[in-house]
Amino acid sequence: MSTFHDVVVIGGGGAGLRAAIAVAETNPALRVAVISKVYPMRSHTVSAEGGAAAVSAADDSLDEHAYDTVSGGDWLCDQDAVEAFVAEAPRELLRLEHWGCPWSRQPDGRIAVRAFGGMKKKRTWFAADRTGFHLLHTLFQTALSYSDIVRYDEWYVTKILVDDGRAYGVVAIELATGRIETITASAVIVCTGGCGRVFPFTTNANIKTGDGMALAYRAGAALKDMEFVQYHPTGLPFTGILITEAARAEGGWLLNKDGYRYLQDYDLGTPTPDPVLRNMELGPRDRLSQAFVHEFEKGRTIDTPYGPVVNLDLRHLGAKLIDAKLPFVRELCSKYQNIDPVTSLVPVRPVVHYMMGGIHTDIRGATSLDGLYAAGEVACVSINGANRLGSNSLPECLVFGNRAGRAAAVFAARYRQAVPSAVQAMARDEERRLAEELARHAEGHERIADIRTEMQTTMENGAGIFRDGDSLTKASDQLHELRMRFAHAAIDDHSKDFNTELIALLELGFMMDVAESIIACALQREESRGAHQRTDFPRRDDERFLAHSLIQRGADGTGRVSYLPVTITRWPPGERIYGR
Amino acid sequence: MADEITLEVARYRPEVDSSPVMQSYQVPLREHWAVLDGLTYIKDQLDGTLSFRWSCRMGICGSCGMTVNGEPVLSCATFLTDYAPGPVRVEPLHNFPVIRDLVIDIEDFMAKLPTVKPWIVRDVQSPVEQGEYLQTPEELEEYQQYSMCINCMLCYSACPVYALEPEFIGPAAIALAQRYNLDSRDEGAAERLEVLSSPEGIWACTFVGECSAACPKGVDPAGAIQRYKLTAATQTVKNLLMPRSKR
Repeated sequence: MSTFHDVVVIGGGGAGLRAAIAVAETNPALRVAVISKVYPMRSHTVSAEGGAAAVSAADDSLDEHAYDTVSGGDWLCDQDAVEAFVAEAPRELLRLEHWGCPWSRQPDGRIAVRAFGGMKKKRTWFAADRTGFHLLHTLFQTALSYSDIVRYDEWYVTKILVDDGRAYGVVAIELATGRIETITASAVIVCTGGCGRVFPFTTNANIKTGDGMALAYRAGAALKDMEFVQYHPTGLPFTGILITEAARAEGGWLLNKDGYRYLQDYDLGTPTPDPVLRNMELGPRDRLSQAFVHEFEKGRTIDTPYGPVVNLDLRHLGAKLIDAKLPFVRELCSKYQNIDPVTSLVPVRPVVHYMMGGIHTDIRGATSLDGLYAAGEVACVSINGANRLGSNSLPECLVFGNRAGRAAAVFAARYRQAVPSAVQAMARDEERRLAEELARHAEGHERIADIRTEMQTTMENGAGIFRDGDSLTKASDQLHELRMRFAHAAIDDHSKDFNTELIALLELGFMMDVAESIIACALQREESRGAHQRTDFPRRDDERFLAHSLIQRGADGTGRVSYLPVTITRWPPGERIYGR
Repeated sequence: MADEITLEVARYRPEVDSSPVMQSYQVPLREHWAVLDGLTYIKDQLDGTLSFRWSCRMGICGSCGMTVNGEPVLSCATFLTDYAPGPVRVEPLHNFPVIRDLVIDIEDFMAKLPTVKPWIVRDVQSPVEQGEYLQTPEELEEYQQYSMCINCMLCYSACPVYALEPEFIGPAAIALAQRYNLDSRDEGAAERLEVLSSPEGIWACTFVGECSAACPKGVDPAGAIQRYKLTAATQTVKNLLMPRSKR
């Protein structure tokens, strides 16, 4: 069976919904569909807490936001993309305001802003500490008012159909019934978010399995800068639940086991009672997570059953401020850690949080394949470079969701083409493959969860906060072995009705592709930059690596890595300076 | 503390079962383990055929609502140790058709939600270039509580009216309508009046209050409905007496 839409958006989170609305607004004659493996309001955007950056204060400027972003990204950002991003972010956040987002306000009714890590000015808009939740629900509810946006809720895309370098649609499974359908389109926009579940300890929701990255990679698109994985410095032990950077922006301190604000030992400035921008606890995430590892090596962290931790101290902020600005932090600590941050220290440790890399796109959201676009965390434009600054990702979803939506709308209106017979054959092959996946593993003897767990451990050991040639080579070998075992993975469930085990199997296949690309790119980049720290190459090497990694799948299924120069417009590579 | 606890889980596979059956599993009883952790343990280690929804595991995505020992809860925010020594009975949310095992069909809510127009309605949209609509913290406070709904469906599961009258728009949708009605930027209250004051709207609610008790986010849909009854009564009278321009 086959259905046609002019534009198909895969993913219904911040970027996907923004893209769908952009298509509807750009050209109301176009039929646009959003396909999501969860109901859109369940998308992982919902978990973002701290805020969204956009210049709005009188003492701020676009250039300062751009410089903070470029230096925060250790000069791996494309500066033309950053300039476009900072210029369009305020308008996008205002648009959300007009759509009803309950942004926190100043007493006079204007938008309030807060400090954030690596930002030299207060420019982070927030809705208490549930910014992503409010942003997502505002977008979702606003999207409901566009009755011509068609939704495929709880449909799982398994393949992007590409022929001769051009995308023609997708094959997807309806979870509730197991029905497989070919959905053709003149343009496809991938907005499926990140891949934190490739690692064992992550803030990311269960659904963050890198589907879109792998879909595009298998379709022949290039992935970019996959070695740059962000560890957020403050996750709750055991669950990995994020404690927002806003907790430090409001004045929280990071203490080692001696109660000492250890960040002062790592070239991040000197402690002051009140928070200072680009200083100490308001340094960038990569540097803070690396400092944690050094503290651990010095024996100054605290051992727990769930690994070493340091403490986040919010007690001096008082109940009133915490309830007003950080109510969700208090709720999460109370529910998941049995502690009250008003009276107790919060144990935290670095946790995989965000993927700087992703599908290689240009500044319009276009990938290397005609008719295929990407936006949000799944994409790499790149505005985030080697390390994303907190509160840049929500506006990125909006700015580039909008851009990709507009570009796809123009493309779809201009280049409507009949679906070639090769694509129809490809779709039939995919349907056959899925039927085989459901049946083939009946005789298998490996549990999906075991392979998944081993893959995650492999990634943490091989490509964690610090890596080296040996750890990465070993990880590469182990992934190869896991790939063989994956061929024999068993599933118990052969039903068509809401078969979550089949989905877990397909997700694991996607995660293996993503894991391999991370390792391959990390192995080739023989330097340390931002979140990619090689202990065997501890310096940044602009001579060789002021360049994006691109990985593309060869005919034999293995990845080939090449490099693309970084676009520098106004900020030549310099030293990253924090706290001085 | 015992080191294991029994989960009695409702199973329903439409291809083989004519009605739900209970199946028992032994799972580790550990500090910090939510009911959801018990279920993922079953799925990963014991029985891959068990189906349930989950995602954020931090009480904000609204996916994992279930009935645990008779109460509608988020399974990611409900902890096994609170039920020791067990057994713990895990069933799908009540008042919904079951697709499979613990997975319910929420299409009824998804269809009702747009009918209350849960978005900003304005006679004239001012251009984004003119900046934000001013809204004081006090004005934000007016509707903030109702904006906290995560669409988890616990309130529908708890609602005795929805159980008997599936046409009832229901607590979450009405609370979301109120969220926009009370937003100082919105001018759509009149457009929402017809649906909300219909027999399937607020007047169906008998103010049992179970929805507010079940809500994991403190939204208080029952309060929203009661408050709107007063507004609707006044507004209906006004509509009868006054021309539109004066309302």
